[in-house]
Amino acid sequence: MKLHALTISEIRDLLDKKEISVKDLVKSIYERIETVDNRVKAFVTTTEEKALKMADEVQAKINEETRKKEFLLGIPLAIKDNICTKGILTTCSSKILSNFIPPYESTVTSRLINQGYILIGKTNMDEFAMGSSTENSGFHITRNPWDLERIPGGSSGGSAAAVASDECIAALGSDTGGSIRQPAAFCGIVGLKPTYGRVSRYGLVAFASSLDQIGPITKNVRDTAIVMNTISGHDPYDSTSAPLPMPDFTAALGKDIKGLKLGVPKEYFIEGMEKEVEVLVKEAIKKLEALGAIPVEISLSHTGYAVATYYILATSEASSNLARYDGVKYGFRAGGKDLMDIYMNTRAQGFGAEIKRRIMLGTYALSSGYYEAYYKKAQQVRTLIKQDFEKAFQEVDIIVTPISPTAAFKVGEKTADPLQMYLSDIFTISVNLAGVPGISIPCGFTTKNLPVGLQLIGRHFDEESILKVAYAYEQATEWHTRRPNL
Amino acid sequence: MKYEVVIGLEVHAQMLTEAKIFCSCSTKFGSEPNTQTCPVCIGMPGVLPVLNKKALEFAIKSGLAMDCNISSYSRFARKNYFYPDLPKGYQISQYELPICEHGSVEIVIDREIKKIGITRIHMEEDAGKNIHESAPPKADGGNYSFVDLNRAGVPLMEIVSEPDIRSPREAVEYMKKLRAILQYLGVCDGNMEQGSLRCDANVSLRPVEQKEFGVRTEIKNLNSFRFVEKALEYEIERQKKILDERGKIVQETRLWNSERGITESMRTKEEAHDYRYFPEPDLVPITVDQRWIDDIKKSLPELPDTKRERFVSEYGLPEYDADLLTSERHLADWYEEAVRLGGQPKAVSNWIMGELMRLLKEDDKSIEECPLKPKQLADMFKLIDRGTISGKIAKTVFEEMYKTGKDAEFIVKEKGLIQISDVGEIEKIVDDVIAKNPKEVARYRAGEERLLGFFVGHVMKLTKGKANPQMVNELLKKKLSGSHP
Repeated sequence: MKLHALTISEIRDLLDKKEISVKDLVKSIYERIETVDNRVKAFVTTTEEKALKMADEVQAKINEETRKKEFLLGIPLAIKDNICTKGILTTCSSKILSNFIPPYESTVTSRLINQGYILIGKTNMDEFAMGSSTENSGFHITRNPWDLERIPGGSSGGSAAAVASDECIAALGSDTGGSIRQPAAFCGIVGLKPTYGRVSRYGLVAFASSLDQIGPITKNVRDTAIVMNTISGHDPYDSTSAPLPMPDFTAALGKDIKGLKLGVPKEYFIEGMEKEVEVLVKEAIKKLEALGAIPVEISLSHTGYAVATYYILATSEASSNLARYDGVKYGFRAGGKDLMDIYMNTRAQGFGAEIKRRIMLGTYALSSGYYEAYYKKAQQVRTLIKQDFEKAFQEVDIIVTPISPTAAFKVGEKTADPLQMYLSDIFTISVNLAGVPGISIPCGFTTKNLPVGLQLIGRHFDEESILKVAYAYEQATEWHTRRPNL
Repeated sequence: MKYEVVIGLEVHAQMLTEAKIFCSCSTKFGSEPNTQTCPVCIGMPGVLPVLNKKALEFAIKSGLAMDCNISSYSRFARKNYFYPDLPKGYQISQYELPICEHGSVEIVIDREIKKIGITRIHMEEDAGKNIHESAPPKADGGNYSFVDLNRAGVPLMEIVSEPDIRSPREAVEYMKKLRAILQYLGVCDGNMEQGSLRCDANVSLRPVEQKEFGVRTEIKNLNSFRFVEKALEYEIERQKKILDERGKIVQETRLWNSERGITESMRTKEEAHDYRYFPEPDLVPITVDQRWIDDIKKSLPELPDTKRERFVSEYGLPEYDADLLTSERHLADWYEEAVRLGGQPKAVSNWIMGELMRLLKEDDKSIEECPLKPKQLADMFKLIDRGTISGKIAKTVFEEMYKTGKDAEFIVKEKGLIQISDVGEIEKIVDDVIAKNPKEVARYRAGEERLLGFFVGHVMKLTKGKANPQMVNELLKKKLSGSHP
């Protein structure tokens, strides 16, 4: 049995029945990493020694007969490298944080620790989560396990590639404009961006505070629900996290979707979309219809403004969020003849080109004299986009769209043209602007054997509905069982 | 030309909360550098601020005490600039929607009450402190600089006045009134030396009867009442001179140099920072419900103006006394305690404003640090009333109580200061003095009555001041005007 190829729920069962040991499981994972990661390059840091030590501790807990087993007890997970892990390098794939070891634990990983999870390592990403291909990593490019010539998507490309290539059982990513869903789609797995405020951001290195959200990247829908049960819920350390009662997300799985109204926004099927992708998404919608859902054409009329709005708001917030990297307190510091010189050298040498581009964009948008025309206007458009969704959800229960106009593209294909890269996020960005939850599930493969993702979008704090539909679709198809040949 | 002075003040008051505004670190002053810090207040990657509700309550309290509207919906904003003492590269402050607006306070100027408008009060976090040391020098001859972030995140209120102030004296009175109100509320200790109360001033001049304001300058770093007055006086003269010579005032920020007693240009309008304010996305907007505001309103203590009026009506004090005694909450409390324990209201006021203030000033102590307790003063009064000591001796006793902390009765016994009230004993001395000064007796009897003091002085000298002065007076008058010896 290939232990690394199992899902969370399968492992839970085998561990509790003592059919496998945590140590064998962890070893299997690291053997897999040893075999494939020199090609995939999903990790920035691996934590084998700690993981093996942890395996013994966890095994002892599992062996306690009367103990109620936490669901993630002994489950090996990878964490995106912008989520702070106490005592373990957290770099955001940036030179400027290349030596940063957090003195505190993020809320999500604290909750995982309370469950007894096993940290496998920290995954590669676009620097500070700015990018759609993981090519902006300050360290190395992560490859798509389905085709090593291609990108895994981004910015959580390391997490998605690690899950797809069985280098971990599941992973956490973060999603500011599609950074969980798009790499999950490109790697043929499941990725959920929860409702803004559902999961605490405490310990997530901020890119754009009003858009960032942590979420699971897993091999199937059930595993996503399981991880959500642990990481969600109000956190007193994050005042933007919602003080709402927590559902059991797995309870929604297996429920009937008959009569459920499925909104299909016409603005999401556009010129320039790859024909194969369009066909696969439309077939998926037909499949859902066959399962009893009722497709309804809807309009999200401000979709065309989403990319522009996003790139003003996200860069504005980023320009401020990234100001703390000045070489004074932690991280990389370049020398200089005086204070200003140290600031300039540190930031010039520490940040990559995309970071600098976005800091400049954001600084400009917030500048006196431009604020009204850019930042303020973008906030107003954001409200309109939010209202589009509110209006649509008066008619339909969930919205279904493609994740990306294309399947995974080739390394280097879009790096010369940042605008082309930005436009590839066109289907995922509105969800962040509106703050609603969105999931990506595999819905087929192109003729080049590249996975394609289907997006299901729900009402605020209604992850249950999209999980229910995603699970129903998954049960009726076999896409999620396919694995790349590495 | 004659000019009218226009001044507006921006006062920063450190709030007396136990914890910082966005984390639970202590706000205690004077600890070892960087010992009162955590990932949040040193701006580690990934941390988030959470508002300390106490800071919000203090801001609302202050707003209510200054007659402001309390916003039911307000929010924080980021003020972006780079500086080593600012760990996040931005300060969390309030910009578009402050917590309090449109208030006022009253000051007394030349016995007239004047209202000074409050534009707004907003909450923000303090920055840390840069410390530049000359030693130990680096190998390349440069010096080290250090950053202490203990103060980073301490809650501040910025209280912005309308341009209603017309003279340096009014500015000082306004500052004093603000300090009194904040101290009464217990939201700020008002200690200007430690920087818990700081002030920037905007000043401009305009020809009398001109409506438009003149070009203003902003003066920073005014950390005492005296500096507020001096700096404004200097700046007004400077501007006057420029205008008289038909020059133009440059809109700029100036720094008060207390050593040289002048203001110096720091940066002009062109060099001013663009702070790129925008709403703080890490904090949800603040909503305050009316019930809470009402509860806070009910809990407000008696404020300086009300107390002053009460001191006049309840204790029959002159306005001047009442104003001075209520200028600080602890002083007013000290006064009332002494009266409650039996001191005659006006007498207590006289002793405080005279002897006590003098002694405190000599020691550079505040009323809170006063070694003398109200009860000791009240007990001393009892000794005077009983005739045990005279009012004159009381001064000696008072000073001794202040310096040693001993009670009046103990001091009187220890130093043998009990008043001589025995008629026979005093009479003997009076007789002796009269006998030894025949010339003066003759002059007195010839009508030179002011010589009485001369005789009193001699008697007092012989009794070391202990003779009952009233009895001495009476006896001397009787004997000097009476029949020839």
